[in-house]
Amino acid sequence: MASPQHPSIGQVWAWLDAVPDPEIPVISLVDLGVIREVRWEADELVVAVTPTYSGCPATSVINLDIETALRDRGVGKVRLERRLAPPWTTDWLSESGRAKLEAYGIAPPQPAGGPSRCPHCGAASVSLVSQFGSTPCKAQWRCDACLEPFDYFKCI
Amino acid sequence: MAAAVKAAPTREEALVEFLLRLGDNTLILGHRVSEWCGHAPVLEEDIALANTGLDLIGQTQLWLGLAGEVEGKGRTADSLAFLRDVWDFRNILLVELPNGDFGRTLMRQFLFDAWHVLMLGRLTESADARIAEIAHKAGKEAAYHLDRSSDLVIGLGDGTDESRRRMQEALDYLWPYVGEPFMPDAVDQLMAAEGVAPDPASLRQEYDATLRRVLGEATLTIPQDPFAQLGGKTGVRHSEHLGHLLTEMQWLQRAYPGASW
Repeated sequence: MASPQHPSIGQVWAWLDAVPDPEIPVISLVDLGVIREVRWEADELVVAVTPTYSGCPATSVINLDIETALRDRGVGKVRLERRLAPPWTTDWLSESGRAKLEAYGIAPPQPAGGPSRCPHCGAASVSLVSQFGSTPCKAQWRCDACLEPFDYFKCI
Repeated sequence: MAAAVKAAPTREEALVEFLLRLGDNTLILGHRVSEWCGHAPVLEEDIALANTGLDLIGQTQLWLGLAGEVEGKGRTADSLAFLRDVWDFRNILLVELPNGDFGRTLMRQFLFDAWHVLMLGRLTESADARIAEIAHKAGKEAAYHLDRSSDLVIGLGDGTDESRRRMQEALDYLWPYVGEPFMPDAVDQLMAAEGVAPDPASLRQEYDATLRRVLGEATLTIPQDPFAQLGGKTGVRHSEHLGHLLTEMQWLQRAYPGASW
């Protein structure tokens, strides 16, 4: 049970929404959809986090960033819970997260399996360079119009 | 720890063995693939191989972590990976084979991915919810790996004379190692009877269909010899290559026991 002096669950979500993704700092961990639940268990704050990819090296940094952010706000007891099911999907990227990604130059995921347009010039004609990019969650594409390469956030 | 699987394992022993098999497959292949880091023919492929290895190592942490938990003797994913000797590994022989050239690495990846996707798909229906959860997560990654390895096998098979020759040679070389994961033993039979895992033989038909589709498009000839090298997943007989791989992979923990950062 949350006692009156606990920060509210809504407040905690707002704090977490201010924690940037360590690899793609324009979006927050909440935008990324990896925070699955926040709850109080007596005086302990439990945050359920799901990995994007099971081997993503950012996972441990994400956990550390969550703990640091909450401790900085005065939350003394924090426990992180790894939650595998349901597995992370790019459907959990928030709308604002998708818009921020595109503005940053990373094409947001599309159900069709490839970017809908170049995040730089907006042209619809784009080509796959490699199915993997600079992080496990991205692939490399190139715009056929402006010829600029860009990252595409893989749809899973 | 016993070198090989007992003839009549208990349910718990079988479950630990089964989890070690899943985790050792991804660990050893993940390590093999990582050996390409900095050596692949083009930068994009280098990155792709490293990312594939990363996914596999991530899956290893989940499978071996669960194996240690079920075993209940305090062993972790790390201690299972770094402190067992060669005879305690339970990976299939296919994944411990040396990389060879880029073509052989990709052919091995394809032959593994095609099985991996089917196995993980069936494991999402496991009676053990922990296994189903990991399989669901890993299955998404494996499906992506299979897309990529299929594309490359087709591109290189149906490519130049040189690339086609190398891919056919890779397929012929690897063929005797394709049968092992489909051969059931006492562990598999117990897991199937308990609803934990499918009968491995039941995956073969669909596997062959994937091979015919992809290798056909790659203009390669599927060998007909059904002979299968066995001994990896039971731990009875690994190839000489696994010990060499472990020497490198486990070096740090052997030289500096308990080192961490």
